[in-house]
Amino acid sequence: MKSILVIVLSAMLTDNFALSKFMGICPFLGVSKKLDSATGMGVAVTFVMICATLVTYPIHYGILVPNSLEYLDTVVFILVIALFVQLVENFLKKCIPALYKSLGVYLPLITTNCAVLGVTVLNIDNAYNFGESIINALCGGLGFMLALVIFSGVRRKLEYADIPETFKGVPATLIAASIVSVSFMGFSGLFN
Amino acid sequence: MTTYLVPVLILAGCGILAGVLLTVAAKVFYVKVDERIEKISASLPQANCGACGYAGCADYASAIINSGAPTNLCRPGGADAAGKIAEILGVAASEVVPMVAVVRCNGDCNATTPAFDFDGVQSCKAVKRFYGGNGSCKYGCIGLGDCLAACDRDAIKLENGVAKVIPLLCGACGQCVAVCPNQLIEIRPLNKHVEVLCSSAANGKETKLSCKNGCIGCKICEKKCPEGAITVTDFHAAVDHDKCTNCGTCIEACPVKVIHRV
Repeated sequence: MKSILVIVLSAMLTDNFALSKFMGICPFLGVSKKLDSATGMGVAVTFVMICATLVTYPIHYGILVPNSLEYLDTVVFILVIALFVQLVENFLKKCIPALYKSLGVYLPLITTNCAVLGVTVLNIDNAYNFGESIINALCGGLGFMLALVIFSGVRRKLEYADIPETFKGVPATLIAASIVSVSFMGFSGLFN
Repeated sequence: MTTYLVPVLILAGCGILAGVLLTVAAKVFYVKVDERIEKISASLPQANCGACGYAGCADYASAIINSGAPTNLCRPGGADAAGKIAEILGVAASEVVPMVAVVRCNGDCNATTPAFDFDGVQSCKAVKRFYGGNGSCKYGCIGLGDCLAACDRDAIKLENGVAKVIPLLCGACGQCVAVCPNQLIEIRPLNKHVEVLCSSAANGKETKLSCKNGCIGCKICEKKCPEGAITVTDFHAAVDHDKCTNCGTCIEACPVKVIHRV
């Protein structure tokens, strides 16, 4: 039970994918302008993370390990992730066109979102069992969503802030991102 | 042999399985797209310039079908594109006024003097931040060609330190309008030829000191114009293209020859 709590907290806070591991920075900066697209992206990423874990874990231990083909991990995992991203895209296009439009190019870009690949690979590297892997994926996704939501709030404040002309736009956003990231370092002493 | 065969088979198996799943999903979640949108999109120039006010050609095409946007908004496509769109929709083609960009400054190297040498980044935007520019006139063309770089059609050239639009090549997309730090470029109707080639808001004396070709705001053109198409505000004449008849009376009357037939 204790180890599960550790996985939950570390995936969401201490080892947050966007703010501590610096994975998935592209959508982190790209879709964090508005709260609703940030939540939408977070949900989509979480969904893809869980689905990818559900499939990659059995593939790794059921097919690749018995044949001692662990080196195929990366390419097979990417294939699976691409499949799920495409499914999510089809689903959103049909069922939630508004979200599909506001996510734009970032939706297919989940395919190359290293946070998703990161979760599946880390599950294997940390030798989590199936349940722990699912929890790690779920909390990793929620942590990513948390980062996006927090940062969308920061960016909203930033829009109204009186900052020097030179820093307006991307520079200010990057600086704000680094400050939010530094603030997440405060969680690092949470357990040891 | 199996060392190579097994991984290939596993990977191929995964690929085929994924392909089948996606095909099924594509059938289940199929969204019907109005085929007219694709047709309209194909008849647009695909410049994605945004002059129509939409995010790009595809966006404009879907706006025509879905929210009834006017069919004559595409400036680079002009009457040609409007005609094709009207044909696809089965409506009468609406009138298209051909537009063209104009740089409203004639302060070339002979007319102005440099205020200082600038060795920084060679772009108008950079110079503008430096005491408002390195020319004697702070309102005029800086001449480092930000607009040239923005133009997709090579329709702007630098002539003696001042940017000039080549009307034949110009698609009136407005990319150059957005980048000029002095807001000198405007989109005007192609069939109206009279333009005041100065944008100085300084008074007559100041303008005269900084540029030989500047508008001094004497209001002679305002009085001479038979159509009342010229008004002088901020020491600076502006032509109302809706009233102008291209008669050229103002060009004759201007004492500093700042009004040109372009």
